Formats: sequence, C-alpha cells, structure tokens
Amino acid sequence: MTARDEILGRVRAALADVPGGSPDDEPVPRDYRRTHHDVDLVALFAERVADYRAVVRSVSADGLAAAIADELAGQRVVVPVDVPQTWTDGLDARRDEPPLSVEELDAVDAVLTGCALGIAETGTIVLDAGTAQGRRALTLVPDRHVCVVRADQVVADVPGAVAALDPVRPLTWISGPSATSDIELQRVEGVHGPRILIVLLVT
Amino acid sequence: MRVALFVTCLNDALYPGTGKAVVTLLERLGVEVEFPLDQTCCGQMHFNTGYRAACEPLVRGFAETFAPYDAVVVPSASCAGMARHFHPQVVAGGNASWRVSDVATRVYELSEFLVDVLEVTDVGAYYPHRVTYHPTCHSLRVLGVGDRPLRLLRAVRGLDLVELPEAEQCCGFGGTFAVKNADVSVAMGADKIAYVHETGAEVLTAADNSCLMHLGGMLSRLRTGVRTVHLAEILAATEEAGAA
Amino acid sequence: MTATYLGMPAFPVAARAAVADTQLRRNLGHATATIRAKRAAVVGELDDWEELRLAGAAIKDRTLRHLDHYLEQLETSLTARGATVHWAVDAAAANAVVAEVAKAHGASEVVKIKSMATQEIGLNEALEAEGIAAYETDLAELIVQLGEDKPSHILVPAIHRNRAEIREIFLRAMPDAPQGLTDRPADLAAAARAHLRRRFLSARVAVSGANFAVAETGTLTIVESEGNGRMCLTLPEVLVCVVGIEKVLPTWQDLEVFLQLLPRSSTGERMNPYTSTWSGVTPGDGPREVHVILLDNGRTRALADTVGRQALRCIRCSACLNVCPVYERAGGHAYGSVYPGPIGAILTPLLGGLTGELENSLPYASTLCGACFEACPVRIDIPEVLLHLRSKAVTAKRHPAQDAAMRTAAVVMRSPRLWSRALRLAGVTGRLFRRGRIRRLPGPGAAWTDARDAPVPARESFRDWWTRTRGSGS
Repeated sequence: MTARDEILGRVRAALADVPGGSPDDEPVPRDYRRTHHDVDLVALFAERVADYRAVVRSVSADGLAAAIADELAGQRVVVPVDVPQTWTDGLDARRDEPPLSVEELDAVDAVLTGCALGIAETGTIVLDAGTAQGRRALTLVPDRHVCVVRADQVVADVPGAVAALDPVRPLTWISGPSATSDIELQRVEGVHGPRILIVLLVT
Repeated sequence: MRVALFVTCLNDALYPGTGKAVVTLLERLGVEVEFPLDQTCCGQMHFNTGYRAACEPLVRGFAETFAPYDAVVVPSASCAGMARHFHPQVVAGGNASWRVSDVATRVYELSEFLVDVLEVTDVGAYYPHRVTYHPTCHSLRVLGVGDRPLRLLRAVRGLDLVELPEAEQCCGFGGTFAVKNADVSVAMGADKIAYVHETGAEVLTAADNSCLMHLGGMLSRLRTGVRTVHLAEILAATEEAGAA
Repeated sequence: MTATYLGMPAFPVAARAAVADTQLRRNLGHATATIRAKRAAVVGELDDWEELRLAGAAIKDRTLRHLDHYLEQLETSLTARGATVHWAVDAAAANAVVAEVAKAHGASEVVKIKSMATQEIGLNEALEAEGIAAYETDLAELIVQLGEDKPSHILVPAIHRNRAEIREIFLRAMPDAPQGLTDRPADLAAAARAHLRRRFLSARVAVSGANFAVAETGTLTIVESEGNGRMCLTLPEVLVCVVGIEKVLPTWQDLEVFLQLLPRSSTGERMNPYTSTWSGVTPGDGPREVHVILLDNGRTRALADTVGRQALRCIRCSACLNVCPVYERAGGHAYGSVYPGPIGAILTPLLGGLTGELENSLPYASTLCGACFEACPVRIDIPEVLLHLRSKAVTAKRHPAQDAAMRTAAVVMRSPRLWSRALRLAGVTGRLFRRGRIRRLPGPGAAWTDARDAPVPARESFRDWWTRTRGSGS
C-alpha cells in the first residue's frame, strides 16, 4: 500500500459518519460583504497604504515621468522588460533581459514596476508577474521599490481582488515595507524585502 | 406560575444566606417560592471534570425534581448554564431525554428571572455601600445575561456602583482548575483583585458564589478589607433587613 | 513523532515554574495585551466579521468532511502545474522526503520559512542527523534556533525573550554579528538582515510550510511579514513544502474569506506585509522544482473524532493564545508542545492521544472561560472540545484518588437523604472553626489554602433552615 493509499484510507475511515454525496450539498453561507467601502476608493487606498509607512504620491498621467525621475535620480535601477520607455528616460535603468543574477540584483539600488491591482480597504498592491511587473525576485532583492498604480487599477476590497487575479500566475501581495514585531512586539520596518516602498498613484 | 428554587449544592452547604436572600427577595416581589427537598446537585463538577457517566443520574434527578414547576430560579450562572445548555447533551438520545430538555428551558439564573420573567429592575433594595461587579464567564459567555445584573444593581438605593476594569477577564476559579492548576488560578485571581482594589470598592459582587469563594478567599487572606457578597443578598437587602 | 516535546512534565508542574518567572510574565502580559488591542481595533472596523467567521468555519468544515476528495483534487492540480506531490503518513516519512530532495541536489544546507508543521515533525533535527543544516530565516525562529531554545508562541515564537537577551544570543551565536551591537530592536533586526541575506542569496534548497493549499488550482499560499518567505520562495532552485492535510481549501474564491480572517486575527493588521501565492512551477520565476509533501502525522486521528475534528479548522492565527488568561500567565513552554495555548490544549491530544501524562493534563489547562471561542476566526468551540477531551482523559489514564473522590461524591449527590446527612456532618465539623474561615486544609485541600482562605461549612444548611422554618412540604 502506498502512503497515498494509506492516508486516503484513513481519511475515509475517519469520515465514516459523514453521509455520502457531494460537498456542494452543504452550501457555504457567504453573507459577508463584497466591499466595505464603495466611494472614494482611490483616496482610501492612498490613506491605507500610507498607514503602513509607505510613501504615497499622487501624480497626474503627464507628471508621472517627472515623478519617477524625481524618486530615482542618481540611483541604479532595474526594471521589468516591458516597462514603458517614458518611465525610464533619464534614469540609469537596466532592463531585466537577459535576467540579472542574484548578485547583480543585490547591487542595484532600486526597482521600478507597475502592478496588477491595488486594494483600497487594506492598502495592498498585488503584483502578478504581468505587464510591467517582471519576475518576483526583481521586487524582492533591491532595497527600494517604486511602484506605479493607476487609479483605474484600484479595487475596493479583498473579494474583488481575488476575483480579478489569476491563480495560475505567481502573486505577491504587498502591504507596506517589510516589517517584524518579533522583538518585544515593537514593529521594526525593513527586515528582508525592500525597506522603502514608494507608491506613485496616477489619478 | 409555580416557581421553585434550585439553591445549588455549593450554596446549600456553604452559602445558605444566598438561598435565604433569594426567598426573601422573591416573596417581597409577590412570588411564592417552593423548595423541593429532592434536589441535590446539577452535576457540573462531574461533567466539567470528565465524569459524564456519573453525571447522568444527577441530570435525570434534576429533571424529575423540577418537572412540576413553571420556572426554576438559580442563584448561580454556572449551574443555570449547566442545566440549560449541558443537561440535554448529557442525556441526548437516551431515555426521557425529552423531559430533561423540557425542564432545561425553564431554568433561569436569578437576574434573568427578575428582568425577563418578573420584568422588574427596581426590586426595592437598599444597600449603602460602594460595590463593584464581576461578570462571571458563565453568565457572560454561556448564558449571555449581559447587563441585567448591572441594571438591577443600578436601581438599588444607596448603592455606589463602580465599574471593574477588565471585568470580562476570567477570575481563575474554573472549578477543579482552582486546585489542579492552583498556581495559574491564583495568578489570575491576583490580577482580578488588583483591579478590585483599584475601584476602591468595599464589596465585590457576582452572580456566582464559586467565583466569589475563590476571590473572597484571596481578599480575606490578604486582609484587603474587601468582602464578597452574592448579588441575591444585595438585592434582598432593605432598610429594615440589611444584608452582610 | 508527535507535537509534544520529550520529557516535558504535566501542565500544572510546568506552569508553576512559569508563573514565578517574572520576566516571562512581564513580556507575555505586555505582548498579549498589545496584540489583543490591535486585533480588536481592526476587527471592529468590519461590520461583517461574524459573517466572515461563519463562512470560514463552513468552508473548513466542508473541506474536512470531504477531505479525501479535496486532497485528490489538490494532487491533480499541483501535478498539472509541474509540482511533485508526496504523501507522508508520519514525521519520519516527511523528513525522509525532505532529506532525499536535498541530497539529490547535493545540498548540505537548506533555508527555512517558519513552519509549525516542520517543527511538529522535528525536521531540523532529522536533517541534522543526515548531515544537512537547516537555517531558520524567520527572525523569531532564528532567535530561538541560535538560543538553542524552544518556541513559546505560534506567531511570535521568541516572545519570552527581551531585547537584552536577544542581543546576547546574537553576539554569542551569530558569527558575523557586528561589534558594538546594541539592543535596540531596529539594530537587532538589521543584524539579522545582514546575517540572513548571505544565506538567501546563496541557498539552493528552501523548505516551507503553507498557510493554505487550494485544491481547485493547485495554489499554495504563504502569509508573512518580514520578506524571508519571499526570499525562500523565489531565489532557490528547489522548494519543498510540508503541508498538513488540513490546510486544503476547496476553491480560489475561498481565499477571499481567509485573507481577511487571518491577518486581522493574527497580527492585528488589515493585511500583513507580504502574501505569496504560486501554483507549481513558473518557468523563469522562482524555483525550477517544487515538491509538496502532504502530511498526516495524527491529523486523520483528529479527523476521526467527530467532536474534536473542528480543531482541524485552525488557521494558526494565535488569536486564542492572545486572549487566554491561562496562556498569559503560564506561557507557551508549559504546554510542552509545538502548539501551545487553547488550540494546543486540544490539538496536541487529538493528534497524539491522551495516554501521555502531559497530553492527559492539557484538556485541564483551562477554566473554560470561553474567551478563545469568541476570538477564533473559524469558530472552533474550544471549550466544547476541552470538555469532550476531559471525558476521554478520565478513561485514558487512571487517576485513582480523583476517581475515588468523584465516585463518592456521585453516590452522595444521587441521594437526597445521603446529601442531607453529608451537609449536617459538614456543618458539625464547621463548628470547629470559629473564625468563619479556614486558613489551612490538609492534603489536596492545601492547593486551595496555600493562597486562599476557605469558607467554613454552614452550621445549618439551607435545606435544614427551610425544613425548620417552613416545614418539610415543598
């Protein structure tokens, strides 16, 4: 008997008291909200991201390039392959093709990406390795992450985000810079992962 | 309405004053109270310690004793909780479990009986002392008596009611826990009586003499000058007949 | 191997020492009060918290009641996405798989994300016996590992350590700790960051657990704060995930409930800093090889207990620990298990049985106050399970003195006549104590009177007073 057979056998024996039938016979009560707030989502998003001590700047579409240049002046930056050229003009930016080694990533000062969506209720940004986001290591190793979030990418709440995201893609949900409270419960920012998170919110 | 008093084994043996207070109080409110002598114990001690089989005859005995009554009044939230919530479980599927379940629905903790059945909050009491109230875990989380005891206390003339900080934290009695895990039990009680001290109260009250026995034992050992008095005894007190 | 640590005494014995440890009491009191307040604040923001709890409990119950179906579905989904699925009946089997994978890649060390499941199976020790070093990368687990200690809390395992102790541990056991390291939390965290960064950037094999495993899509989830999880999940070539079979969720949509319940219940935040989800292997992004070990190790035993199986809903948030007045004073080590606190008091015996002295004492490590049930995001009725386990504990092990006392009490209480007599006898004895209270009792009674006065039995019981004043008609 394989371990698989043994475990499944034990499970079935343990559930001898459960009447047969489909799991769908027992519906799950989903009376919770799809959204907790439904107005001023962009403002709520900005407020909640700032709560985590990330930097949030609201910019116009025309002002985005200047804001990027402002944040990343004088820094060595890595960007995903498909980041718009307008973002990287005037930057010392290296595209991730061929992919940077871990050592090269470690030597870079900052990473610039877009995102898949933002969640207003929790102040969360989600990356899905899609457009202008690149592979996960890019936003992990450098110490500074500048992330462009468009207002139309902001969804209200977690259920909406889960519905909009594709589980096949590797997802990274980011809510502020990295932190720990393991030492006497005092929150300390920036253990691993970028210690500085800057969100450019394009309204 | 035929009303019976279930005085509880603890009160029968150690705190008869609480039982007497319930009788005094209810009679003052025009309720005739009966005391079926067949009663002994609700079985909580056995049930909580894991001796379910030993508990069964006690549960059946309780149901048989109180079956003739419309209401059973209990000056103990933990015993009332045992009867209402756990008696049906103990005999579930067995003989005459319907009777046990039926009687269970007619069991009331004292403050529930006063507020919900008699629909009174001012019971005409007089108790000129500073008092703080500890909401026991059974009354809070099993029975859900909510603020009924506080509403009753607020209507007592002369009573200076002060709020107990962190009131919802367990006092540490927990039945046999008090002896099996005496160190933690006492540590919890110590924090509770520190909060009592903060209130400057002269009297600590609650709906259960079990918790009061534990806290009162510590208050007395430490010569704090604070005493414990069951809720019933405060509500029974008048100018003519003061309570402890 | 079970979740309990070998050689730990029964709970009351261990708790006695802990209660007297003033530093532990201070740390724990502060920590739990802080997290309680944070949790209350973020839970209070949501007016549908109860509905979320009900959904969470229902999703977990559905999963558990059809666990074979969902495990098979999970295996299919994971395999379709390029992961290799292993099944491990117990700790030894799981450890063997991890060791085998590491060796197959010529790795003499692995980096680890905090995982209770790997602690439960004693993975680090098992790997060490095979000549493979396992480096913890979660800060608190690092502190525990360097301090050669044991974790005391599910979420903040080093809560029993203060900053001075942590500094001392780092200076002693971290070779690259900076000279002049202070005990400011920020400096300690920076030292850990530097120390671990080297490991992350060079590690080839990582080991993790998983918070959730979605059957529909083969997606695993790690919920974390520091970024060490992301490091382990994306940089090494090989990833091995040890996943308890109860971590399965039916659908991707179900995460919408748990990603709200978990962060608010555990760290008291709207959302934790980093959550990673991935489904098998993604070329060019993360590990080339993903192994998932589905672990039993007593879970099917818990599943077979129709009352106790609700404990398998647990999402390891630790909300119950933070509200438990017993845990707050006894600390995690007193529970002698990887799983401390209220959930530990039920899960440990459910996984490993009640015959051990320690396991047998755990269901009694509670006053049944119910605060844990109120806080549990998946509505595990811990008091109900504790009572259920107590009824099994009294038959799993004999307790001669207690059994005899309970038998005697039952006989007396069953008979109104004997009961009356007993009260009269007690009342007579009571007359010996004039002061109205008893300062000292012998034998087991000493456990009461060591710190509390005891009441004197009433000279006249209530029933005797009634009979005397009202006549014997009731």
